[in-house]
Amino acid sequence: MKTTNINFIGNRNKAIIFSSVLMLISIVSLATRGLQMGIDFTGGTLIEVGYQKAADLTALRNTLNTQGFDDATVQNFGTTKDVLIRLKPHSDISNADLSTKVLEAINKTTAEPASVRRVEFVGPQVGDDLAEDGFLALLYSTICILIYIAWRFEWKFSTGAIIATIHDVVVTLGLFSILGLEFDLTVLAAVLALIGYSLNDTIVVYDRIRENFRLLRNKSTEEIMNISVNVTLSRTIMTSLTVILVLISLFFLGGEIIHNFSIVLLFGVFFGTYSSIFIASPAALLLGVSAEDLMIPVKEGADIDRRP
Amino acid sequence: MQNHYPLWKNLLVLIIFGIGIIYSLPNLYGDDPSVQVSSTQMTNITQDQSNQIASDIKASGVPVKAFEFKDGRILARFSNTDDQLKVADLLRDKIGSNYTVALNLAPTTPTWLRALGAQAMYLGLDLRGGVHFLLEVDMDAAVKQAEDRNIDDIRLALRNAKLRYQTVAKDNGFFKVTLKSIEDKADVLTALDKDFHNLEITEPEAQDQIWLKLSEKETREIKKFAVAQNMTTLRNRVNELGVAEPVIQQQGENRIMVQLPGVQDTTRAKEILGTTATLEYRLVDVEHDVQQAVSGHVPVGSRLYNDRSGNPILLDRRVIVTGDQIVDASSGQDQDGRPSVNISLNGVGAAKMAKTTQVSVGKPMAVVFIEYKVETKVVDGQKIRHKEKVEKVINVATIQGVFSKRFQTTGLDSPQEARNLSLLLRAGALAAPVDIVEERTVGPSLGQDNIDKGMLSFVVGFALVVLFMAVYYRLFGVIANFALAFNVVIVVAILSMLQATLTLPGIAGIILTVGMSVDANVLIFERIKEELKHGITPQAAIFIGYDKAFATILDSHFTNLVVAVVLFAFGTGSVKGFAVTLIIGILSSMFTAITGTRMVINWIYGNRRVEKLSL
Repeated sequence: MKTTNINFIGNRNKAIIFSSVLMLISIVSLATRGLQMGIDFTGGTLIEVGYQKAADLTALRNTLNTQGFDDATVQNFGTTKDVLIRLKPHSDISNADLSTKVLEAINKTTAEPASVRRVEFVGPQVGDDLAEDGFLALLYSTICILIYIAWRFEWKFSTGAIIATIHDVVVTLGLFSILGLEFDLTVLAAVLALIGYSLNDTIVVYDRIRENFRLLRNKSTEEIMNISVNVTLSRTIMTSLTVILVLISLFFLGGEIIHNFSIVLLFGVFFGTYSSIFIASPAALLLGVSAEDLMIPVKEGADIDRRP
Repeated sequence: MQNHYPLWKNLLVLIIFGIGIIYSLPNLYGDDPSVQVSSTQMTNITQDQSNQIASDIKASGVPVKAFEFKDGRILARFSNTDDQLKVADLLRDKIGSNYTVALNLAPTTPTWLRALGAQAMYLGLDLRGGVHFLLEVDMDAAVKQAEDRNIDDIRLALRNAKLRYQTVAKDNGFFKVTLKSIEDKADVLTALDKDFHNLEITEPEAQDQIWLKLSEKETREIKKFAVAQNMTTLRNRVNELGVAEPVIQQQGENRIMVQLPGVQDTTRAKEILGTTATLEYRLVDVEHDVQQAVSGHVPVGSRLYNDRSGNPILLDRRVIVTGDQIVDASSGQDQDGRPSVNISLNGVGAAKMAKTTQVSVGKPMAVVFIEYKVETKVVDGQKIRHKEKVEKVINVATIQGVFSKRFQTTGLDSPQEARNLSLLLRAGALAAPVDIVEERTVGPSLGQDNIDKGMLSFVVGFALVVLFMAVYYRLFGVIANFALAFNVVIVVAILSMLQATLTLPGIAGIILTVGMSVDANVLIFERIKEELKHGITPQAAIFIGYDKAFATILDSHFTNLVVAVVLFAFGTGSVKGFAVTLIIGILSSMFTAITGTRMVINWIYGNRRVEKLSL
């Protein structure tokens, strides 16, 4: 196999324009359509019931409407036998009793009693807390990474890595917004895992850039970056492929509950791979990174390299 | 260039592998549906009782897989859930309220593994089914209760000290004592100062007033106590419900998490956990006219109540006995077959009851049922919590003779209500009302479904990666695959050792780890390939490849780890489970993918001339 020699860095403007457009579309969609937040963050009640035969959604909707649950949304979940009922936080009856009342209502009209597969009720105050915790997790992980990379490399790399990561997160969230997929706690966990993955990818490239800054003194920053991206290219693609393999398995076989989780990661791994090849290094380059920036860390890095 | 591991390093890897296998083994054994019987009293179940229960089960004809009696507890294993439920119902009817009959899933781990402390992973509610509640303790109510208590105490203290006062009123957190004459002020201050260390005393501008206030420290203590007391009460209640392996944990300042694996009847669970029902015993005021009281002239020493059918009734303002003086309660029936609750009082309660009944034979006494109902309503976009204290007289009976410690109360709607009330009285009252702010129930069918789907996607995902690696990296890929399997074994072993909770996102985390942990090997192998391309000998390429890739792996995996740790710190419930598997997966993959593969590669290629690598 020959080492690839694609001029990634030279064509950086194309990548930057492409990414900017993606980001713009995502941000516009996030601003106008927003994310469809799950009950974890909005509060509310979710009931999943199962039937032996395919469920008659229209009948269920009518029942719920006449029983005073006119804000209920009813849809199939996975199969036609499974039904998902969602309700907003109610004002006139205790939310804790809501699920019991809904089940009573639907069992009155259907011949076959529904078997409860799951009930989730999240109070508005808990929803607010979970949303806050989620936001803080995003914020703190970003700060921690910024500090860690700035310490191990240099602040321009650190900023470049964060730009690439934010790009991945925004585009993935944008796709979620455009497709109208539900954003819940599990999806948030996937977004954080994606941040970890995307950085992992970026760091591998940066690591090689740092190494080559030391080895190839007579080359320009741009050339060094290009060489580094190229030599790590097969690794980047190989790892992404193995992760995509398990994610595909999870997506098709893991069931409905884990569906959106695997979608986030599938999108995320795809964009994470793209950004670590096309965005991360140009971002550091635009910030003006040069061999001199790594002069002092070179010694530190060399020490660590000598470990077994 | 030497590619050789010293003996100790080989041994270390092999020993860790061995330990990993042993501690992950229990997960291969399944669970038996079983019934667990334990005593709610301090005493344990005796051998005789155990034999009795064993023969009861035998008599019912349900096949028992195993019957164990150990540490004063009985565990009967069955081959299916139908048998389990049949026996549980049978035992619940047969044995009294002094015993708890709980459904359980008993692991079938062999004894030799259990002797080593090896246990299967703890399955989360989304995998085993059950219900999760998050209860919020009403701190304001706790403080308000304390304030009411203090106001009564202030009045009592002043009366006892024979100091006259005009009013003691509560206003905006202050207890305002208005004196009859200013001369008493010094005496009152001394008296209050002596008895109320927990209150801050201030003298306002108005000369005839003394203001008292709960100190900040005291308020904090009250809140802390309210949560602690509620946790105890909830624990008692959950035990009474008969749940095996419940989890009751404080979360944040004012929330309590309750997880009840295997519980399906959430309505009853909610009723039992959330209610603050208690009883009070009062004498009926027979001297005054009820109709006059209804029209607004309630006598000073009395209070107006309603009975079950809504008719007004006047009761003495003074309480004879309150719910917290009840030490035991059991449900039953009276002579006429009506549901009843048999009450036992503690010493103080018994003495008071005896004193009252002695002088009141022939007079009517009322039982008041008190319940706090909390509802959250949204009014004008604001969340308003509406608390209602529902008091109703459930029973009025003429005192036939003197009694003290034990007696019976009737007037309940149904045997179910009698059972619930006796349970609540036994478990103790909640120090402050609680509000269910989160509920997650997973049915047993969904739990099993989640396990099956999780396993299937794991097996398929694993097989795909293994195939891919073997095809692309040949012998090296096969070695990496062994390391990958080793990694999964270690992750499962560590999760089992920590008794960490495995959730569906946790399984997803393990699957994701499978995809990501080959990354270290990919990095190493690509590096070796690169070195080979530079024309270095295979032995040197292996050595340099591992050496150079190590720094990269360290940096990249550590960043990933930072994110996983943040996820763990901020995640709740199942997300935490995901973070745990991710953290363990990242750490152990570094070990297996670097040291593990290197060991095998050294065995194969080390210390000999190598022309070509199978890479």
